[in-house]
Amino acid sequence: MTVDLDSAVVAKGAVAPPAPLPVLTANDLQVYYGDFQAVRNVHLAIPRNEIVAMIGPSGCGKSTVLRCFNRMNELIDGCRVTGHVCYHGVDLYDPRVDAVEVRRRIGMVFQKPNPFPKSVYENVVFGPRIAGVARAEFDGIVESSLRKAALWDEVKDRLKASALGLSGGQQQRLCIARAIASNPDVLLMDEPCSALDPIATGRIEDLMHELKADYTIVIVTHNMQQAARVSDRTAFFTVEVSSDSDRRTGVLVEYDDTEKIFSNPSDSRTENYVTGRFG
Amino acid sequence: MAVARVLDAGMADRVKVSLTGARDGRGFLFRTLLQLALLLTVVILAALLVQVLTLGWETLATRLGDFLTAESRSRAHEAGVFQGLRGTLWIGVITTLVAFPLGVSAAVYLEEYAPRNRMTAFIELNIRNLAGVPSVVYGILAYTIFVTLLRPVTGGKTALSGALAVAVLVLPVVIITSAEAIRAVPDSLREAGFGVGATRWEVIRSHVLPYAAPGILTGTLLSLGRALGEAAPLILVGAVAGSVGYSGGLLDPGQLREQFTAMPIVIATWSTNARPGFDQITAAAIVVLLVVVLMANAAAIGLRNRFEKKR
Ligand SMILES: Nc1ncnc2c1ncn2[C@@H]1O[C@H](COP(=O)(O)OP(=O)(O)OP(=O)(O)O)[C@@H](O)[C@H]1O
Ligand SMILES: [Mg+2]
Repeated sequence: MTVDLDSAVVAKGAVAPPAPLPVLTANDLQVYYGDFQAVRNVHLAIPRNEIVAMIGPSGCGKSTVLRCFNRMNELIDGCRVTGHVCYHGVDLYDPRVDAVEVRRRIGMVFQKPNPFPKSVYENVVFGPRIAGVARAEFDGIVESSLRKAALWDEVKDRLKASALGLSGGQQQRLCIARAIASNPDVLLMDEPCSALDPIATGRIEDLMHELKADYTIVIVTHNMQQAARVSDRTAFFTVEVSSDSDRRTGVLVEYDDTEKIFSNPSDSRTENYVTGRFG
Repeated sequence: MAVARVLDAGMADRVKVSLTGARDGRGFLFRTLLQLALLLTVVILAALLVQVLTLGWETLATRLGDFLTAESRSRAHEAGVFQGLRGTLWIGVITTLVAFPLGVSAAVYLEEYAPRNRMTAFIELNIRNLAGVPSVVYGILAYTIFVTLLRPVTGGKTALSGALAVAVLVLPVVIITSAEAIRAVPDSLREAGFGVGATRWEVIRSHVLPYAAPGILTGTLLSLGRALGEAAPLILVGAVAGSVGYSGGLLDPGQLREQFTAMPIVIATWSTNARPGFDQITAAAIVVLLVVVLMANAAAIGLRNRFEKKR
């Protein structure tokens, strides 16, 4: 009973301030891996053409929540999601909704660059190809996607070379280009810069600012400065350890304008985390 | 500066000490043992090859064409391996056509579609066990199923029954090696595919199978090469020890519905023949079988290299 009350309070505190039309909303989201509840009672609304950062200590369920937004969790055995995740008002977990269609509109960039072991060109056109885009358009899509990902100048002479020959930072930008090429509406990025040097990181941050005009972006990051630099809103998650059992569940503590989260958060746990007093 | 030099000198001393002092005696012994093991293997192989080649050389050098095109005869200098070659060729073709698609499909299903539950684990365990079942047992199974029950389809004791017996024999190995190759495909690759909105089938076809192809091909064709040398299952489904009545050409698929023999059968039969000259032609036949198997392996390697370039 007390748990319920607690989470109700958390949920109230976590409701986003009035915002333009949300693209994605999570309502009363719970995620389980088998019997283990990884995330509890998440309420989030992600407005159009904004960048939302998700921060919090390791294991608090940021990736788990992010993967709920394009139903990637389904690929994990034993993962179960309850509650509602809505995309433009449509419940993504409605049985009539096709996960493949969802992922075409809501693209994802993973923590570790994972280009296909094929040519740069093939990497970019894979999405359009399976979506049935005409071949005649491929060249144009490749150039524009690579340009948007700030990679065109570096690879334009070796489009037919293997993507595995690119540096880690180039590979990550290629993965971004690949995600953009499918012309999604939302981009989910799970720690896209964790393997990158500061220069490549800076490039990707610039890129996110540019992409904001056309896309809505949700980014998970462990880098406070990055969250502060790129995002419009920030969601802070943490782990609650239940006192009777030893269960660790992720909860959303606070979700607000990034400026407020970093300067004047309403929850003391957020303040401790962003000021570095808590790991 | 001076201090640094002193320190350097100290370091140098220590390095010298450890360089001379710590001989790794056990490591050296271990390494030597490993080398001996390798050497022994190579020596055994070489001895086999040398023996077979010297014995069979005369036949191969003086009448290779005749040896490859003649039938099995009672006099060694007239006998040839034609019918065995024809049987082995067709057994190889049909085995590949049956075991490869069946085995790879089963592996794809097990790895990519089957729910991870006890039933699946149980099936996998049994396939592993099947791979260890002696080939004679497969011969008995094949006799019951292909020669007796499916006689209308196979025609009884025909090359088709033999091929199906060998196919059943290699199937577990094909499934296991393919499943292992598929399991070795990193999940990040699958996620990348799903992440841009590919269906499961698109992910499998465009990413999983191309990535796993070299492993699948190598495993499959190596097991096939090995199976082509098996005599036991073929004897049980009725391979003929002497000359076969059927007289079609090497590439004539009519063989499939006719009496047959195969290279391992020819070799086994000749090797027990005490008449003069049979030792020599047995050795020559072994060389021919080795060349056939080597050609199959070369094809496997060629295909693998092509796929590796593609991925
Ligand atoms: N595939 C899985 N199977 C079982 N449990 C999982 C799985 N993935 C994540 N978990 C558990 O769910 C919880 C949240 O994990 P998640 O990966 O979402 O954390 P995170 O916030 O992204 O952490 P990090 O910052 O380290 O990436 C953790 O306790 C983790 O052990
Ligand atoms: Mg994570």
